[in-house]
Amino acid sequence: MSSTVLITVVSLSLLALFSAVILYFIAQRFKVFEDPRIDEVQALLPAANCGGCGFAGCRNLAEALVKADNFEGLNCPVGGAPVMEEAAKILGKVAPVTDPTVAVLLCNGSPEFSNRTSHFDGASDCRISNSLYKGETDCSYGCLGNGNCERACKFDALHMDPLTGLPVIIDEKCVSCGACVKACPRNLIELRKKSKKDRKIYVACSNCDKGGPARKACTVACIACSKCFKVCEFGAITIENNLAYIDADKCTFCRKCAVECPTNSILELNFPPRKPKAEVQAEVVNG
Amino acid sequence: MLKTFPIGGVHPPENKLTSDIPIEYLPVPETVVIPVLQHIGSPANPVVNKGDLVKTGQIIASGKGFVSANIHSSVSGKVNKIDSAADSTGYKQIAVYIDVEGDEWLDTIDRSKEIIREIKLTPEEIVKRCFESGIVGLGGATFPSHVKLTVPSGKKCEVLIINGVECEPYLTSDHRLMLEKGEEILTGVTILMKALKVEKAMIGIENNKPDAINHITKLASEFKGITVYPLKVKYPQGAEKQLIKALTGREVPSGRLPLDVGAVVHNVGTAFAVYEAVQKNKPLFERVVTVTGKSLSKPGNYMVRTGTPLSKLIEAAGGLPDDTGKIINGGPMMGKAVCNTDVPVVKGMSGVVIFPDIESVREEIKPCIRCAKCVLACPLNLEPFLLMTVSELGFFERAEKERITDCMECGSCSFTCPANRPLLDYIRLGKSSVIKMARERNLK
Repeated sequence: MSSTVLITVVSLSLLALFSAVILYFIAQRFKVFEDPRIDEVQALLPAANCGGCGFAGCRNLAEALVKADNFEGLNCPVGGAPVMEEAAKILGKVAPVTDPTVAVLLCNGSPEFSNRTSHFDGASDCRISNSLYKGETDCSYGCLGNGNCERACKFDALHMDPLTGLPVIIDEKCVSCGACVKACPRNLIELRKKSKKDRKIYVACSNCDKGGPARKACTVACIACSKCFKVCEFGAITIENNLAYIDADKCTFCRKCAVECPTNSILELNFPPRKPKAEVQAEVVNG
Repeated sequence: MLKTFPIGGVHPPENKLTSDIPIEYLPVPETVVIPVLQHIGSPANPVVNKGDLVKTGQIIASGKGFVSANIHSSVSGKVNKIDSAADSTGYKQIAVYIDVEGDEWLDTIDRSKEIIREIKLTPEEIVKRCFESGIVGLGGATFPSHVKLTVPSGKKCEVLIINGVECEPYLTSDHRLMLEKGEEILTGVTILMKALKVEKAMIGIENNKPDAINHITKLASEFKGITVYPLKVKYPQGAEKQLIKALTGREVPSGRLPLDVGAVVHNVGTAFAVYEAVQKNKPLFERVVTVTGKSLSKPGNYMVRTGTPLSKLIEAAGGLPDDTGKIINGGPMMGKAVCNTDVPVVKGMSGVVIFPDIESVREEIKPCIRCAKCVLACPLNLEPFLLMTVSELGFFERAEKERITDCMECGSCSFTCPANRPLLDYIRLGKSSVIKMARERNLK
């Protein structure tokens, strides 16, 4: 009885030892060298695998960062500057200064401003409604409201507002991964430079039609009257294809353009309330 | 045993409300808007300017490249402007606006009612005349006809097939045309035979139009080489590949053209347009449009000038009913809803179907129960449920491998689905994405 136990234990131990030796040599023979820094860098990254950096996942970005000579073109929009600086420290390189960005919607065509002239009852997918027709409003450039961006957002930062039919972006949650930008078939979402206190000023319209038809379709459409272009002292505003655009790099947030805009298509968000009009004028006179 | 195609197909309720109503000529409207793109291919180039006086039948935009078609003025009057106009999808495209003054036709057009059977032109001249007259396939696809009449070297056309099937429910424009313009159509077929240098033509007509079958068969005995075949009623028999299979038993392989099996298919409407272009020198600027719907007070078949606003057509049919839910451009199976009644009538508009709101509602979408009804209904042996899923997920490489580009968008799958899944919606999306992907790959 005891001899059976002994034989079993000894034979199994020998077998294990033999296998271990074989496995050891195989492991040595087929060893793949991997830079240990890849793991270190990957640990820094947010592990969201959102694809915002242009790679399939965080591991791929880590590999690219370790391999690259400099960090140009490589950036984790989710982690932002702190993460990239940490990674640069590990790898002994310099992280380029990148401005954090945030997604904004270049359309403000809620039913309040833009009449619904038809009803779409097909499959609820912006790509489909975009390929079939202009959309529920008369504007063939505006938001279709079927929520592809909401489904694309992995950070819970974008929700469709049932009242306006437009997506609402939560700045604190938006990591500017660009998933919504890719999901929108009408390219209505832009990643704009983040500024102090999340202040934003931009043309919330994408309508490239001439003034008349654009205004007819939506009361807050940009009609390319070029009033904002004329009032801007910093050359931040360009007008192309019947549409004004404010360059976030040049804009100084003076808010003069928003006052000039006759259709209120320039949105100013997160600013303190304006001073009463008389005071502003007095200041201008004094200055 | 009547001929038909063997795989798939459905049988939607026919509802041919207007098959007994003769074609009525619609009066010329006060203004017309004529888009320069009314066909498949590149848009035509406008050749008139603002303020020009044009006559009916005068060319106003010339075809750019081989796969394109000329556009002619459907009225006489003054060019108001050349500007963008919304088409039935609501997207803007270039169009010529004309204010109508009188109805003065070009002198070259023979306006007599006399039917000319003798064909004077040579085959090359016929093809050239078809291009000049802006003839496109009037079945709905609007493919320029001169391209189909030009047989590339190395290929041989053995049989001409004429499509008088009209398998779409509701539509009766081809049916009425066959009854009223039978002799013209058959002369047109003879012209097409001469252009293609074939001895044999087959006309396929579905069995739900016995009067048209009798009429055309009787007339065809006077013409050489034309035979009429009654077909079993089944949708989508009017599709090119299905009709070839039904009539000749030949199957057009995936990704190939009918000419690869020695056949060319033209619609009866096209045959009539070819007759008018070749024998009467009349370009294509009017067509028969069926305006129908259960709540319309005066549905009918109307001969309409292109560029006429849809609202005029609906007005002639008794005005828009109060319970209108959807207005469909084309038949109920393949047509698309229009979003505006100001859109102009174009060459490809074979019918306008007005649905009451109770009939136009889409039922709630339920999960797929894997019943495979869509697979059985697909006339092209595709797997619609699979194509929908891969398109929805954006797996377009897989969609291409599953031959999504073979799909002709007949809608049999969506029609038959018991779970009301939007199969065709997603397949269309996948198909267009795959075509775009393939084009980008070819450019590289």
